[in-house]
Amino acid sequence: MPDTLTPIKTLTREQMAARLAQDIPEGWYVNLGIGAPTLVANYVAADREVIFHSENGLLGVGPAPAPDKVEPWLINAGKQYVTLVQGASTFDSAESFGIIRGGHLDLAVLGGYEVAENGDLANWSTGANDAGPAVGGAMDLGAGAKQVWVLMDHTTKSGQPKLVERCSYPLTALGSVTRIYTNLAVIDVTPDGFVLRDAAPGLTFDDIQARTGATLRRA
Amino acid sequence: MINKFVPDLQTAIADVHDGAVVMLGGFGSVGMPNQLIEAVADKGVRDLTLIANNAGAAFGGMAVLLQKGAVEKVVCSYPRSANSTLFVDLYREGKIKLELVPQGTLAERIRAAAAGVPAFFTPTAAGTQLGAGKETREINGKLCVLEQALFADFALLESWEADRFGNLTYRLAGRNFNPIMAGAAKTTIVQTQHIAGPEGIAADDVMTPGIFVNRVVHIPYGDPVL
Repeated sequence: MPDTLTPIKTLTREQMAARLAQDIPEGWYVNLGIGAPTLVANYVAADREVIFHSENGLLGVGPAPAPDKVEPWLINAGKQYVTLVQGASTFDSAESFGIIRGGHLDLAVLGGYEVAENGDLANWSTGANDAGPAVGGAMDLGAGAKQVWVLMDHTTKSGQPKLVERCSYPLTALGSVTRIYTNLAVIDVTPDGFVLRDAAPGLTFDDIQARTGATLRRA
Repeated sequence: MINKFVPDLQTAIADVHDGAVVMLGGFGSVGMPNQLIEAVADKGVRDLTLIANNAGAAFGGMAVLLQKGAVEKVVCSYPRSANSTLFVDLYREGKIKLELVPQGTLAERIRAAAAGVPAFFTPTAAGTQLGAGKETREINGKLCVLEQALFADFALLESWEADRFGNLTYRLAGRNFNPIMAGAAKTTIVQTQHIAGPEGIAADDVMTPGIFVNRVVHIPYGDPVL
Protein backbone atom coordinates (compact mmCIF):
# COMPACT_ATOMS: atom_id res chain seq x y z
CA MET A 1 0.00 0.00 0.00
CA PRO A 2 2.55 2.67 0.97
CA ASP A 3 4.47 2.46 -2.31
CA THR A 4 1.45 3.41 -4.37
CA LEU A 5 0.60 6.53 -2.38
CA THR A 6 1.23 9.97 -3.86
CA PRO A 7 3.95 11.82 -1.94
CA ILE A 8 2.52 14.45 0.39
CA LYS A 9 3.90 17.36 2.39
CA THR A 10 3.94 16.56 6.09
CA LEU A 11 4.43 18.61 9.24
CA THR A 12 7.84 18.83 10.92
CA ARG A 13 8.29 17.71 14.53
CA GLU A 14 8.29 21.37 15.56
CA GLN A 15 5.04 22.05 13.69
CA MET A 16 3.44 18.96 15.29
CA ALA A 17 4.51 20.15 18.75
CA ALA A 18 3.20 23.66 18.03
CA ARG A 19 -0.14 22.27 16.83
CA LEU A 20 -0.52 20.25 20.03
CA ALA A 21 0.51 23.18 22.22
CA GLN A 22 -2.38 25.26 20.80
CA ASP A 23 -4.86 22.85 22.37
CA ILE A 24 -3.53 22.92 25.96
CA PRO A 25 -5.79 25.19 28.04
CA GLU A 26 -4.47 27.60 30.64
CA GLY A 27 -4.14 26.10 34.08
CA TRP A 28 -3.56 22.52 33.01
CA TYR A 29 -0.94 20.37 34.73
CA VAL A 30 0.97 18.55 32.01
CA ASN A 31 3.69 15.91 31.78
CA LEU A 32 5.74 15.86 28.59
CA GLY A 33 7.37 12.56 27.69
CA ILE A 34 10.99 12.23 26.65
CA GLY A 35 11.80 13.07 23.00
CA ALA A 36 9.51 15.00 20.65
CA PRO A 37 6.86 15.69 23.35
CA THR A 38 9.45 17.82 25.19
CA LEU A 39 9.28 20.31 22.27
CA VAL A 40 5.67 21.16 23.19
CA ALA A 41 6.84 23.39 26.04
CA ASN A 42 8.51 25.72 23.50
CA TYR A 43 5.18 26.48 21.80
CA VAL A 44 2.73 27.20 24.61
CA ALA A 45 1.68 30.84 24.21
CA ALA A 46 3.50 33.17 26.60
CA ASP A 47 0.23 34.55 27.97
CA ARG A 48 -1.05 31.08 28.90
CA GLU A 49 0.08 29.52 32.19
CA VAL A 50 0.58 25.75 31.89
CA ILE A 51 2.35 23.89 34.71
CA PHE A 52 4.77 21.20 33.59
CA HIS A 53 5.41 18.12 35.74
CA SER A 54 8.48 15.92 35.70
CA GLU A 55 8.48 12.36 37.06
CA ASN A 56 11.56 12.86 39.22
CA GLY A 57 9.62 15.16 41.52
CA LEU A 58 9.05 18.60 39.99
CA LEU A 59 5.99 20.74 39.26
CA GLY A 60 6.58 24.05 37.50
CA VAL A 61 9.42 23.04 35.18
CA GLY A 62 10.69 25.96 33.09
CA PRO A 63 13.00 26.18 30.09
CA ALA A 64 16.61 25.05 29.97
CA PRO A 65 18.98 27.42 31.80
CA ALA A 66 21.65 29.53 30.11
CA PRO A 67 24.98 27.62 30.22
CA ASP A 68 26.31 29.90 32.98
CA LYS A 69 23.10 29.59 35.05
CA VAL A 70 22.97 25.80 35.43
CA GLU A 71 21.75 24.51 38.81
CA PRO A 72 23.46 21.10 39.15
CA TRP A 73 20.72 19.75 41.46
CA LEU A 74 17.91 20.49 39.04
CA ILE A 75 17.36 18.00 36.23
CA ASN A 76 14.18 16.69 34.61
CA ALA A 77 13.23 13.06 33.99
CA GLY A 78 15.14 13.20 30.70
CA LYS A 79 18.24 14.04 32.79
CA GLN A 80 18.56 17.50 31.25
CA TYR A 81 19.21 20.67 33.26
CA VAL A 82 16.02 22.70 33.70
CA THR A 83 14.75 25.72 35.63
CA LEU A 84 11.74 26.18 37.91
CA VAL A 85 9.07 28.83 37.33
CA GLN A 86 7.22 30.86 39.96
CA GLY A 87 4.83 28.62 41.85
CA ALA A 88 6.98 25.52 41.41
CA SER A 89 7.30 22.73 43.97
CA THR A 90 9.53 19.71 44.55
CA PHE A 91 8.61 16.34 46.05
CA ASP A 92 9.63 12.69 46.21
CA SER A 93 9.07 9.98 43.59
CA ALA A 94 6.11 8.35 45.36
CA GLU A 95 4.26 11.67 45.55
CA SER A 96 5.22 12.42 41.97
CA PHE A 97 3.60 9.20 40.79
CA GLY A 98 0.70 9.71 43.18
CA ILE A 99 0.05 12.88 41.17
CA ILE A 100 0.04 10.76 38.00
CA ARG A 101 -1.75 7.62 39.23
CA GLY A 102 -4.19 9.59 41.35
CA GLY A 103 -5.65 11.29 38.28
CA HIS A 104 -4.47 14.77 39.25
CA LEU A 105 -2.48 15.35 36.08
CA ASP A 106 -4.63 16.87 33.33
CA LEU A 107 -2.52 15.64 30.45
CA ALA A 108 0.38 13.39 29.53
CA VAL A 109 1.94 13.88 26.09
CA LEU A 110 3.72 10.70 25.07
CA GLY A 111 5.52 9.32 22.07
CA GLY A 112 4.22 6.13 20.48
CA TYR A 113 5.09 3.11 18.38
CA GLU A 114 1.42 2.27 17.83
CA VAL A 115 -2.01 3.45 18.95
CA ALA A 116 -5.04 1.21 18.45
CA GLU A 117 -8.55 2.41 17.65
CA ASN A 118 -9.66 1.40 21.17
CA GLY A 119 -7.03 3.71 22.70
CA ASP A 120 -4.47 1.03 23.54
CA LEU A 121 -0.93 2.43 23.52
CA ALA A 122 2.34 0.69 22.67
CA ASN A 123 5.36 2.92 23.30
CA TRP A 124 7.85 1.20 25.61
CA SER A 125 9.13 -1.87 23.77
CA THR A 126 9.37 -3.13 20.22
CA GLY A 127 9.47 -6.64 21.65
CA ALA A 128 12.80 -7.31 20.00
CA ASN A 129 14.69 -6.64 23.23
CA ASP A 130 17.43 -5.07 21.14
CA ALA A 131 18.79 -2.74 23.78
CA GLY A 132 17.46 -4.41 26.92
CA PRO A 133 14.03 -3.53 28.23
CA ALA A 134 13.32 -0.20 29.92
CA VAL A 135 9.94 1.28 30.86
CA GLY A 136 10.46 4.33 33.09
CA GLY A 137 7.18 6.09 33.88
CA ALA A 138 5.38 5.30 30.60
CA MET A 139 2.93 2.76 32.04
CA ASP A 140 2.08 4.97 35.02
CA LEU A 141 1.45 7.99 32.77
CA GLY A 142 -0.58 5.89 30.34
CA ALA A 143 -2.78 4.50 33.09
CA GLY A 144 -3.04 7.58 35.30
CA ALA A 145 -3.29 10.90 33.45
CA LYS A 146 -6.78 12.30 32.79
CA GLN A 147 -5.90 12.77 29.11
CA VAL A 148 -3.21 10.95 27.16
CA TRP A 149 -2.24 12.61 23.88
CA VAL A 150 0.26 10.86 21.65
CA LEU A 151 2.66 12.87 19.48
CA MET A 152 4.14 10.67 16.75
CA ASP A 153 4.62 10.27 13.01
CA HIS A 154 1.56 8.93 11.24
CA THR A 155 3.52 6.03 9.72
CA THR A 156 6.84 4.28 10.26
CA LYS A 157 9.87 5.24 8.17
CA SER A 158 8.93 2.42 5.78
CA GLY A 159 5.38 3.72 5.49
CA GLN A 160 3.56 1.26 7.76
CA PRO A 161 0.60 2.76 9.66
CA LYS A 162 1.13 3.46 13.36
CA LEU A 163 -2.61 4.00 13.92
CA VAL A 164 -3.94 0.46 13.87
CA GLU A 165 -6.92 -1.75 14.74
CA ARG A 166 -4.90 -3.64 17.38
CA CYS A 167 -1.36 -3.00 18.60
CA SER A 168 1.24 -5.59 17.60
CA TYR A 169 3.95 -4.28 19.95
CA PRO A 170 3.82 -4.89 23.74
CA LEU A 171 1.20 -2.67 25.36
CA THR A 172 1.96 0.27 27.63
CA ALA A 173 -1.60 0.94 28.77
CA LEU A 174 -5.11 -0.21 27.89
CA GLY A 175 -7.59 2.16 26.25
CA SER A 176 -5.92 5.30 27.54
CA VAL A 177 -5.12 7.43 24.49
CA THR A 178 -7.68 10.17 23.87
CA ARG A 179 -6.04 12.06 20.99
CA ILE A 180 -3.18 11.65 18.49
CA TYR A 181 -1.16 14.46 16.89
CA THR A 182 0.77 13.25 13.85
CA ASN A 183 2.66 14.83 10.99
CA LEU A 184 -0.54 14.47 8.94
CA ALA A 185 -3.48 15.05 11.26
CA VAL A 186 -5.10 15.45 14.65
CA ILE A 187 -7.24 12.42 15.43
CA ASP A 188 -9.54 11.80 18.38
CA VAL A 189 -9.85 8.32 19.85
CA THR A 190 -13.54 7.87 20.60
CA PRO A 191 -15.78 4.95 21.61
CA ASP A 192 -16.46 4.67 17.85
CA GLY A 193 -12.76 4.58 16.97
CA PHE A 194 -10.55 7.12 15.16
CA VAL A 195 -12.21 10.43 14.25
CA LEU A 196 -10.38 12.97 12.06
CA ARG A 197 -10.40 16.28 13.86
CA ASP A 198 -7.94 18.30 11.80
CA ALA A 199 -5.81 17.65 8.71
CA ALA A 200 -2.42 19.17 7.90
CA PRO A 201 -2.60 21.90 5.20
CA GLY A 202 -3.33 20.49 1.75
CA LEU A 203 -4.31 16.98 2.92
CA THR A 204 -7.70 15.37 2.33
CA PHE A 205 -9.59 12.85 4.42
CA ASP A 206 -8.69 10.19 1.84
CA ASP A 207 -4.97 11.03 2.03
CA ILE A 208 -5.05 10.36 5.76
CA GLN A 209 -7.32 7.31 5.62
CA ALA A 210 -4.93 5.75 3.08
CA ARG A 211 -2.11 6.00 5.65
CA THR A 212 -4.15 4.79 8.61
CA GLY A 213 -4.39 1.12 9.57
CA ALA A 214 -7.97 1.32 10.85
CA THR A 215 -11.22 2.96 9.82
CA LEU A 216 -11.16 6.75 10.08
CA ARG A 217 -14.39 8.63 10.70
CA ARG A 218 -15.30 12.19 9.79
CA ALA A 219 -15.95 14.54 12.70
CA MET B 1 23.16 11.34 73.67
CA ILE B 2 21.83 10.18 70.34
CA ASN B 3 24.33 10.65 67.53
CA LYS B 4 23.80 8.79 64.27
CA PHE B 5 26.92 10.22 62.63
CA VAL B 6 29.68 7.70 62.01
CA PRO B 7 33.28 8.76 61.27
CA ASP B 8 33.80 7.27 57.83
CA LEU B 9 32.32 5.35 54.89
CA GLN B 10 33.83 2.02 55.96
CA THR B 11 32.11 2.20 59.34
CA ALA B 12 28.86 3.25 57.69
CA ILE B 13 28.68 0.18 55.44
CA ALA B 14 30.57 -2.30 57.65
CA ASP B 15 27.69 -4.82 57.87
CA VAL B 16 26.71 -4.87 54.16
CA HIS B 17 27.13 -8.54 53.30
CA ASP B 18 27.17 -10.99 50.40
CA GLY B 19 23.69 -11.57 49.00
CA ALA B 20 22.25 -8.41 50.57
CA VAL B 21 19.30 -6.57 49.02
CA VAL B 22 20.35 -2.93 48.74
CA MET B 23 18.30 0.12 47.75
CA LEU B 24 20.11 3.02 46.11
CA GLY B 25 18.59 6.52 46.16
CA GLY B 26 18.99 8.92 43.28
CA PHE B 27 17.51 9.77 39.91
CA GLY B 28 20.00 10.17 37.13
CA SER B 29 23.12 11.37 38.89
CA VAL B 30 21.28 13.66 41.34
CA GLY B 31 20.82 12.51 44.92
CA MET B 32 22.95 9.42 44.29
CA PRO B 33 24.97 8.02 47.22
CA ASN B 34 28.04 7.45 45.05
CA GLN B 35 30.64 7.31 47.81
CA LEU B 36 28.64 4.84 49.91
CA ILE B 37 28.24 2.60 46.88
CA GLU B 38 31.94 2.80 46.07
CA ALA B 39 32.72 1.82 49.66
CA VAL B 40 30.49 -1.24 49.27
CA ALA B 41 32.30 -2.11 46.03
CA ASP B 42 35.69 -1.72 47.77
CA LYS B 43 34.54 -4.07 50.52
CA GLY B 44 34.30 -6.80 47.91
CA VAL B 45 30.80 -8.14 48.70
CA ARG B 46 29.09 -10.21 46.03
CA ASP B 47 25.69 -11.45 44.81
CA LEU B 48 23.93 -8.19 45.64
CA THR B 49 20.38 -7.39 44.60
CA LEU B 50 20.17 -3.67 43.84
CA ILE B 51 16.92 -1.69 43.84
CA ALA B 52 17.21 1.69 42.10
CA ASN B 53 15.41 3.71 39.45
CA ASN B 54 18.27 3.73 36.94
CA ALA B 55 21.00 1.23 36.19
CA GLY B 56 22.52 2.61 33.05
CA ALA B 57 24.92 5.38 33.99
CA ALA B 58 28.51 5.16 32.77
CA PHE B 59 29.98 6.22 36.09
CA GLY B 60 29.02 6.54 39.73
CA GLY B 61 28.75 3.84 42.33
CA MET B 62 26.28 1.53 40.59
CA ALA B 63 28.59 1.25 37.57
CA VAL B 64 31.48 0.34 39.89
CA LEU B 65 29.44 -2.49 41.42
CA LEU B 66 28.37 -3.75 38.00
CA GLN B 67 31.94 -3.68 36.69
CA LYS B 68 33.14 -5.66 39.70
CA GLY B 69 30.58 -8.35 39.03
CA ALA B 70 29.15 -7.78 42.51
CA VAL B 71 25.53 -7.69 41.35
CA GLU B 72 23.28 -10.70 40.84
CA LYS B 73 20.06 -8.86 40.15
CA VAL B 74 18.77 -5.34 39.53
CA VAL B 75 15.23 -4.15 40.24
CA CYS B 76 14.66 -0.90 38.36
CA SER B 77 12.50 0.98 35.87
CA TYR B 78 15.06 2.31 33.43
CA PRO B 79 18.32 0.37 32.94
CA ARG B 80 19.25 2.16 29.73
CA SER B 81 21.53 5.14 29.29
CA ALA B 82 22.62 7.32 26.38
CA ASN B 83 26.23 7.19 27.51
CA SER B 84 26.73 3.56 28.61
CA THR B 85 25.99 0.00 27.58
CA LEU B 86 27.46 -1.48 30.77
CA PHE B 87 24.20 -2.87 32.19
CA VAL B 88 22.76 -3.84 28.81
CA ASP B 89 25.91 -5.80 27.91
CA LEU B 90 25.81 -7.76 31.19
CA TYR B 91 22.09 -8.39 30.69
CA ARG B 92 22.53 -9.63 27.12
CA GLU B 93 25.34 -11.94 28.20
CA GLY B 94 23.06 -13.41 30.86
CA LYS B 95 25.36 -12.27 33.66
CA ILE B 96 22.73 -10.28 35.51
CA LYS B 97 19.03 -10.66 36.28
CA LEU B 98 16.56 -7.84 35.78
CA GLU B 99 13.17 -7.22 37.35
CA LEU B 100 11.71 -4.36 35.32
CA VAL B 101 9.15 -2.32 37.26
CA PRO B 102 7.17 0.74 36.09
CA GLN B 103 8.65 3.75 37.84
CA GLY B 104 5.53 4.70 39.79
CA THR B 105 4.96 1.12 40.86
CA LEU B 106 8.59 0.91 41.96
CA ALA B 107 8.16 4.05 44.07
CA GLU B 108 4.86 2.84 45.56
CA ARG B 109 6.21 -0.64 46.34
CA ILE B 110 9.04 1.02 48.25
CA ARG B 111 6.71 3.42 50.06
CA ALA B 112 4.39 0.52 50.90
CA ALA B 113 7.27 -1.39 52.50
CA ALA B 114 8.18 1.63 54.61
CA ALA B 115 4.54 2.10 55.61
CA GLY B 116 3.79 -1.52 56.51
CA VAL B 117 1.43 -2.12 53.57
CA PRO B 118 2.28 -5.62 52.31
CA ALA B 119 0.67 -5.26 48.88
CA PHE B 120 -1.65 -2.97 46.91
CA PHE B 121 -3.73 -2.89 43.73
CA THR B 122 -2.77 -0.45 40.96
CA PRO B 123 -4.02 0.08 37.39
CA THR B 124 -0.43 0.62 36.17
CA ALA B 125 0.74 -2.26 33.96
CA ALA B 126 -2.68 -3.97 33.92
CA GLY B 127 -3.02 -5.89 30.67
CA THR B 128 0.67 -5.52 29.81
CA GLN B 129 3.71 -7.82 29.90
CA LEU B 130 4.80 -6.27 33.19
CA GLY B 131 1.45 -7.15 34.77
CA ALA B 132 1.47 -10.71 33.41
CA GLY B 133 1.22 -13.48 35.99
CA LYS B 134 0.09 -11.13 38.74
CA GLU B 135 -3.26 -11.30 40.48
CA THR B 136 -5.68 -8.94 38.74
CA ARG B 137 -9.01 -7.52 39.83
CA GLU B 138 -11.44 -5.01 38.39
CA ILE B 139 -11.90 -2.21 40.93
CA ASN B 140 -14.23 0.75 40.26
CA GLY B 141 -14.32 -0.28 36.60
CA LYS B 142 -10.54 -0.34 36.22
CA LEU B 143 -8.43 -3.44 35.74
CA CYS B 144 -5.76 -3.51 38.47
CA VAL B 145 -2.78 -5.72 39.34
CA LEU B 146 -1.63 -6.71 42.81
CA GLU B 147 1.87 -5.42 43.55
CA GLN B 148 3.97 -6.51 46.53
CA ALA B 149 5.82 -4.19 48.90
CA LEU B 150 9.55 -4.05 48.17
CA PHE B 151 11.81 -4.50 51.19
CA ALA B 152 15.58 -4.31 51.46
CA ASP B 153 18.33 -5.14 53.93
CA PHE B 154 20.05 -1.79 53.40
CA ALA B 155 19.14 1.57 51.88
CA LEU B 156 22.01 3.81 50.77
CA LEU B 157 20.85 7.42 50.42
CA GLU B 158 22.13 10.92 49.88
CA SER B 159 20.77 13.96 51.71
CA TRP B 160 21.52 17.67 51.45
CA GLU B 161 21.57 18.25 55.19
CA ALA B 162 21.42 15.95 58.20
CA ASP B 163 21.45 16.39 61.97
CA ARG B 164 22.62 14.03 64.70
CA PHE B 165 19.09 12.57 65.06
CA GLY B 166 19.16 11.44 61.44
CA ASN B 167 16.64 14.07 60.32
CA LEU B 168 17.23 14.84 56.65
CA THR B 169 16.57 17.43 53.96
CA TYR B 170 17.13 17.17 50.22
CA ARG B 171 17.90 19.72 47.52
CA LEU B 172 15.66 20.21 44.44
CA ALA B 173 15.68 17.09 42.23
CA GLY B 174 17.91 15.34 44.78
CA ARG B 175 14.89 14.14 46.76
CA ASN B 176 13.48 11.55 44.30
CA PHE B 177 13.62 8.01 45.79
CA ASN B 178 15.67 8.93 48.88
CA PRO B 179 12.88 9.69 51.40
CA ILE B 180 10.77 6.65 50.48
CA MET B 181 13.70 4.23 50.65
CA ALA B 182 14.40 5.45 54.18
CA GLY B 183 12.30 3.05 56.21
CA ALA B 184 11.90 0.38 53.52
CA ALA B 185 15.18 -1.21 54.59
CA LYS B 186 16.21 -2.84 57.85
CA THR B 187 19.21 -0.49 57.95
CA THR B 188 19.21 2.96 56.36
CA ILE B 189 22.61 4.56 55.74
CA VAL B 190 22.90 8.16 54.57
CA GLN B 191 25.74 10.22 53.14
CA THR B 192 25.08 13.94 53.57
CA GLN B 193 26.49 17.01 51.86
CA HIS B 194 26.03 19.17 54.96
CA ILE B 195 25.69 18.81 58.73
CA ALA B 196 23.04 20.96 60.39
CA GLY B 197 24.12 23.44 63.07
CA PRO B 198 23.98 22.56 66.79
CA GLU B 199 20.23 23.36 66.97
CA GLY B 200 19.52 20.69 64.32
CA ILE B 201 17.06 20.93 61.42
CA ALA B 202 13.89 22.88 62.28
CA ALA B 203 10.95 20.51 62.78
CA ASP B 204 8.92 21.96 59.89
CA ASP B 205 11.88 21.65 57.52
CA VAL B 206 12.56 17.95 58.12
CA MET B 207 11.79 15.91 54.98
CA THR B 208 12.80 12.51 56.37
CA PRO B 209 12.29 12.06 60.14
CA GLY B 210 15.29 10.54 61.87
CA ILE B 211 13.33 7.49 63.03
CA PHE B 212 13.88 6.03 59.55
CA VAL B 213 17.65 6.59 59.61
CA ASN B 214 20.33 4.46 61.29
CA ARG B 215 23.66 5.98 60.26
CA VAL B 216 24.89 9.19 58.65
CA VAL B 217 28.30 9.97 57.21
CA HIS B 218 29.41 13.44 56.12
CA ILE B 219 30.58 13.40 52.48
CA PRO B 220 30.65 16.96 51.12
CA TYR B 221 31.60 15.96 47.60
CA GLY B 222 29.92 18.97 45.95
CA ASP B 223 27.71 19.15 42.90
CA PRO B 224 26.54 16.08 40.99
CA VAL B 225 27.87 15.72 37.45
CA LEU B 226 25.53 14.57 34.69
